[in-house]
Amino acid sequence: MADRTVAEIIERDQSELLKEWIRRQKEDLSSRQDVSDAELQTDSRNLLAALRETIKSDAQTDIHSSEWARVRDLLADLSRRRVLQGFAPSQTATFVLSLKQPLFDRLVATVGSNMKVLTEQIWFVTALLDKLALFTTEVFQKTREELISRQQQEMMELSTPVVELWHGILALPLIGTLDSNRTQVVMQNLLEAIVSKEADIAIIDITGVPTVDTLVAQHLLKTVAAARLMGAECIISGIRPQIAQTIIHLGVDLGNVITKATLADAFKIALRTRKLTVTSM
Amino acid sequence: MDKIPILRLGRFLLVTIQVDMHDRLALALQDDLTSQIVSTRAQGVLIDISALDIIDSFIGRMLANIANMARILDAETVVVGMQPSVAITLVELGLSLPGVRTALNVDRGMQLLRLSRASEDSDFDRRPIP
Amino acid sequence: MTVDQSREVAVSSQDDVVLVRQAVRTAALQIGLNLIDQTKIVTAASELARNTFVHGGGGFTRIEIVSEGVRRGIRLTFEDKGKGIADIDQAMKDGFTSGGGLGLGLGGAKRLSNDFQIESRPGEGTRITIARWK
Repeated sequence: MADRTVAEIIERDQSELLKEWIRRQKEDLSSRQDVSDAELQTDSRNLLAALRETIKSDAQTDIHSSEWARVRDLLADLSRRRVLQGFAPSQTATFVLSLKQPLFDRLVATVGSNMKVLTEQIWFVTALLDKLALFTTEVFQKTREELISRQQQEMMELSTPVVELWHGILALPLIGTLDSNRTQVVMQNLLEAIVSKEADIAIIDITGVPTVDTLVAQHLLKTVAAARLMGAECIISGIRPQIAQTIIHLGVDLGNVITKATLADAFKIALRTRKLTVTSM
Repeated sequence: MDKIPILRLGRFLLVTIQVDMHDRLALALQDDLTSQIVSTRAQGVLIDISALDIIDSFIGRMLANIANMARILDAETVVVGMQPSVAITLVELGLSLPGVRTALNVDRGMQLLRLSRASEDSDFDRRPIP
Repeated sequence: MTVDQSREVAVSSQDDVVLVRQAVRTAALQIGLNLIDQTKIVTAASELARNTFVHGGGGFTRIEIVSEGVRRGIRLTFEDKGKGIADIDQAMKDGFTSGGGLGLGLGGAKRLSNDFQIESRPGEGTRITIARWK
């Protein structure tokens, strides 16, 4: 009824709408050369078609309902591409918002004499496009976060290699600040290395870690417990005086975890446990 | 109902758990193992859980029960091959599997069993004859 | 929050606990949870489904794939019409004693989940809802 006017306009005036809309998009994208004309045309045409279909079916403006799935998918896809092309979030929102003015112009031309209907229509279009623009921005943010998180993960894995000191003896020299996320990744790596290298002793050296908070201490202890369940023992080495104090103050119970001041000491213990000694030739 | 096969490896028994066990199967395994420890006079039990991707409190208790019952029957138990994600989850769950010894794989588990039997035998030898 | 998919598994025997585990695993794979998160939610589901059968006299588990804005997750609801829990706080503490005890595993299931909610009254059964987000 009220909404179908918009659908009819889109159907009837599609080519003008498209032209006007794309012109506005290009204005906003001005200096960017990396989105081809063809891409703009395809994206805009697809969205317009999807909008027409959905509005025609008398859909409400709850864009998260299943009726809007096609529109959401199109916008999500576009948004993700824009992240990878290095766009700003506002530019992705503008893709949707710049459709407002062309639609308003058409509405005025079509139902301009009827104030009531005109107002209803403009409200409908505004509410809808605002929601879609927000959705696009959310997907953009999430995609960007996932990208950054993936890159961080790769950096983390590269920066904390697990070293095999001897058959069955692993060392994990941790360097830099440990946050909750990084600690979890690092600990997973250690446990997997224990399996792949068939290690029964793992030395976790925290000489290069400036501070340890309760969460990190707990993760360390959980890793030691998990390694034990898998049949490997952990030694924590490199606990500097400040960290030792922090651990006491936080009331963290190291239980029966062996701790040594230096990695060298820890290695000595590990060798002894394996009934190995170092001799000169 | 299928039963979990128990293999004999010299003086030890080897159980490989490869299915998603329902409770009845787990209880049946406990019973089977107990009677086999007695009938074969086994000195150790190896439980290979490398194929288990879930250990909940029921399975955890089963493992602890097997270890306890075996000990009463003078056999040591070693659980081998726990997957990292299972180990992490168990720690989070708060299950510590008390009384259950663990090793990385069957080889290491066997070494552990032999060592523990060897030390026991030598202790026994050193006891004075009354 | 929208529900993208929903299925129910009746829990009236111990075999059903295995079915619940498999169904939850499938859902977890569907939304692409990493291995550790998969393990956590399947384990929590195993504990709670078993409770439904052992302490609740039987009931059902509802497995839902949900989305909230752009994030997706799994929501599990465990319901029974058993005798209910009189002291929920105490029940949450009934964890695993060193002897393996009769812990209800509620504390553990909570630690393994992102969201945890429990409703229970003596004589009126129990409903526990947990969720893990990707």
